[in-house]
Amino acid sequence: MKSKAPIALFSFVVTYLIFLYAPIILLPLFAFNDSSIISFPLSGFTSKWFVGLWYEETMHRALKNSLIIAVVSSVISTIFGILTARALARHQYIGKKPIFGLIMAPLFLPEIIIGVSLLIVMIQIGLTLNIWTVIIGHVLIITPFSVSILAAAFNNMDRSLEEASLDLGETRFGTFRRVILPLVTPGIISSLLIGFTISLDEFVIAFFLTGIEPTLPVYIWAQLRFPSKLPGIMALGFILLVLSLVLLALFEFFRRRSEALTSGKPSSEHQ
Amino acid sequence: MTASRKLLLKIKNSLPGWRLIGGPFLFGFLLLLTPLFLMVALSLWTQNYLDLDRTITLNNYREIWSHPVYTFLIKRSVLISLSVTLITVLLAFPMAYFISFYGGKRKALWLFLITIPFWTSYLLRIFLWKIILGYNGVVNSGLQSLNLIEEPLSFILYNANAVVIALAHAWAPFAILPIFVALERVDRTMLEAAKDLGDNAIRRFIRVTLPLSMPGIISAALIVFIPTIGDYVTPRLVGGTDGLMVANMIQVQFAKANNAPLGAALAITSLMIVVIIALAFLFFNRRYLRRQV
Amino acid sequence: MSSPSSASPNQQGSVMVQLSSIRKSFDELEVVKGVDLQIGAGEFFSLLGPSGCGKTTLLRMIAGFEAPNEGHISIDGQAMDDVDANERPTNMVFQSYAIFPHLSVGENVAYGLKKQRLAKNVERQRVDEMLKMVDLEGLYSRPSYALSGGQRQRVALARALIMEPKVLLLDEPLSALDKKLREHMQQELRRLQRTLGITFILVTHDQEEALIMSDRIAVMFDGNIEQLGRPQEIYERPVSKRVASFIGVMNFIEGEYIGRKGKQLKVRADALGEVLLEQEQMPTEIEPGQVTIGLRPEMMTVLYHKSDKSEKEFNATVENVDYYGDMTYYTVTLPKSDDQVTISMRNTAGRHVYEIGDKVRIGWGSASMVILV
Repeated sequence: MKSKAPIALFSFVVTYLIFLYAPIILLPLFAFNDSSIISFPLSGFTSKWFVGLWYEETMHRALKNSLIIAVVSSVISTIFGILTARALARHQYIGKKPIFGLIMAPLFLPEIIIGVSLLIVMIQIGLTLNIWTVIIGHVLIITPFSVSILAAAFNNMDRSLEEASLDLGETRFGTFRRVILPLVTPGIISSLLIGFTISLDEFVIAFFLTGIEPTLPVYIWAQLRFPSKLPGIMALGFILLVLSLVLLALFEFFRRRSEALTSGKPSSEHQ
Repeated sequence: MTASRKLLLKIKNSLPGWRLIGGPFLFGFLLLLTPLFLMVALSLWTQNYLDLDRTITLNNYREIWSHPVYTFLIKRSVLISLSVTLITVLLAFPMAYFISFYGGKRKALWLFLITIPFWTSYLLRIFLWKIILGYNGVVNSGLQSLNLIEEPLSFILYNANAVVIALAHAWAPFAILPIFVALERVDRTMLEAAKDLGDNAIRRFIRVTLPLSMPGIISAALIVFIPTIGDYVTPRLVGGTDGLMVANMIQVQFAKANNAPLGAALAITSLMIVVIIALAFLFFNRRYLRRQV
Repeated sequence: MSSPSSASPNQQGSVMVQLSSIRKSFDELEVVKGVDLQIGAGEFFSLLGPSGCGKTTLLRMIAGFEAPNEGHISIDGQAMDDVDANERPTNMVFQSYAIFPHLSVGENVAYGLKKQRLAKNVERQRVDEMLKMVDLEGLYSRPSYALSGGQRQRVALARALIMEPKVLLLDEPLSALDKKLREHMQQELRRLQRTLGITFILVTHDQEEALIMSDRIAVMFDGNIEQLGRPQEIYERPVSKRVASFIGVMNFIEGEYIGRKGKQLKVRADALGEVLLEQEQMPTEIEPGQVTIGLRPEMMTVLYHKSDKSEKEFNATVENVDYYGDMTYYTVTLPKSDDQVTISMRNTAGRHVYEIGDKVRIGWGSASMVILV
């Protein structure tokens, strides 16, 4: 029985949505605003801030760093996710629960704790901070997400599928190549996408662990104190928003494919 | 089979699993657990200008608990986190309720709509709140042009209020989703049964829906509360001096003040407080956490 | 409880599958406790028993997915001790069917053929032939997520049979199907097996299924084979109460085995008096003493007319009636005891259906009784 929502609830929902969207409506407003000051009233349409981004060398370097870190972190986390998910789904071993707890723990720790503790280790070892220190931090926080996504894929997959492949004469490696990999691939792609997105936007750990080569969020942070740089930052933010939405849509697409493939439920409308 | 033989067999059977999980586990052990222990160790040492005195002492902790600078900051951080949690969860619940009970076929779309604002950079979002709440910001310009106020409101920025507002916004989807999932699991036929037994809409909500969705509410509360204490960006951007939180002080100790041991002690202290509050919260709500019927 | 160490001789000729002294444990739990079995070539053989009796484990050991802790398996004379599952001349139809979700029907069926590197059209032809044999003609390109349960089962069958195994293993293949489909598939499997002449080994907990399809059945309880034989043997001469009550419905009457009288056995029950039974009616050799006598419901009959006669008779009152359309089950109390028995009668045309409280005359013969332990 689908009834219409009571008017009080509906008006709350509308107000709440305005609250949620308030900041980001401002983003395109000021990104295209022809004024170097971020305030109302608006001055007119311009795309010069976007053009200006093209020439910002420091921003390009920061972007490059962020991209490298994001790619490497998401790949490593996904590999960890595959190993962990497979071990969880198919094996029993001593310490299964505590080990799982350790790997998932970063989900429940404030990022500053992770960042600070890694910083301490780096200082003690005498390691200079660089891209790799940030990557380590990111892998720690992304891996729990990879594990969740891939555990779902592995758990959904019927155990008998691997046995059936062997029964039909395939080798273990052939089974991996022809059965497991195709079924897990959408999950792998989802994991890579979400890891990439998380890493790209991550600030606190990068802030503590970045050396001379800043990531994009760290760069943005530095720019926020200079009023003249702000419209450019708005433009950058807008671009990042659009990019994130595209990635999100891709992630959703692959997640649905993963679900459909591995559960392989029989369709009821066919006889 | 003897006990030691049983153990050997268990170890032998564990090998295939260990081979797989070895890498991730080692990574977590070396780079999460060990650093955390090191941080605890560091908090027990003392920084003498450029030298690190490694004698074990609780001085850092004594310093924290005896100086109002720190205790006040910790208290404020806890209060802000609790307020943020309360407000976020309170606001999230009706939204999640709406999507679950009135979303119909478009539930996924509604959820997607909720998350879109949060695919912008976190930094930028908080910064934009500065614009909204500022002296010449959206709220003030708007209220002034509507002639609702004469002077711009100054209590909405550069203090704890701004931090609470900004964080309540930032954590919104993280609270909505778990509550939504829990509400989805509420068996609609139970509500029909309650109606059949004479309860009106409000009583049905209080007696059936609310208790059954408690696990989701508890999850949402923990998801918001635990990381919020350690938030660095928001207090820094919109907190002014009155809205700074413990994470800002931790950062100061590691950077300018060059007192890493004190920073570590602050971090451990905050973590302990968070864990205690979270456990207490779980304990008092334990009857909702028993397995669902 | 007997565990025959030698299988009953099969008439098929050569032995296809031989299991010798098989034992299997998982951690602390022993699941198969010493099984010896010979399955003949071309035989439709069933492993029947309740959940947890070890039948599926036994099947998986034949397939090669589990290795026995003790004992040996050989297939067609070849020892399987060091042979992996993917090298064995067996193929399995899994309980969940295990259809590869990312492949179409045709690709699923052709999966095992890939190693042979056949020419494309040759492979396609073989697949089409097989699809026709299992009644899935024309569905080559159908994606596997768009199949009904019955279709998936047949894809699993086709995929296994196209490999031309020496032994086809079936793990409860029909349990997920609804009744009508199941009955149809039971006939289909039987027909296929007869046509192809391959040895089939079926695992099931459904005794009706085993009776309908099998040449021989091994009834298993708790990791052992309790009885091995042809369906009729097992039904009419169960060796124990456990087997008797697992297969079909059985009436149990308490009585006494007094001793031998020549070649015959003297048995007594309060309700039925003294009877003389043949040797074969005591499947397990026992000493005189208390026994349970088994009597199938259809082995007793309601005597409708005064002129109806039977070897033995008694009068009783109908306590309960269960009407099933084609059959009616009457429950009566035996004279001189509290034992109740169920009698089944076919509802032939014109035959009267009694009601509770009616007085009836029941006839029975001693030849259909069996002494159980």
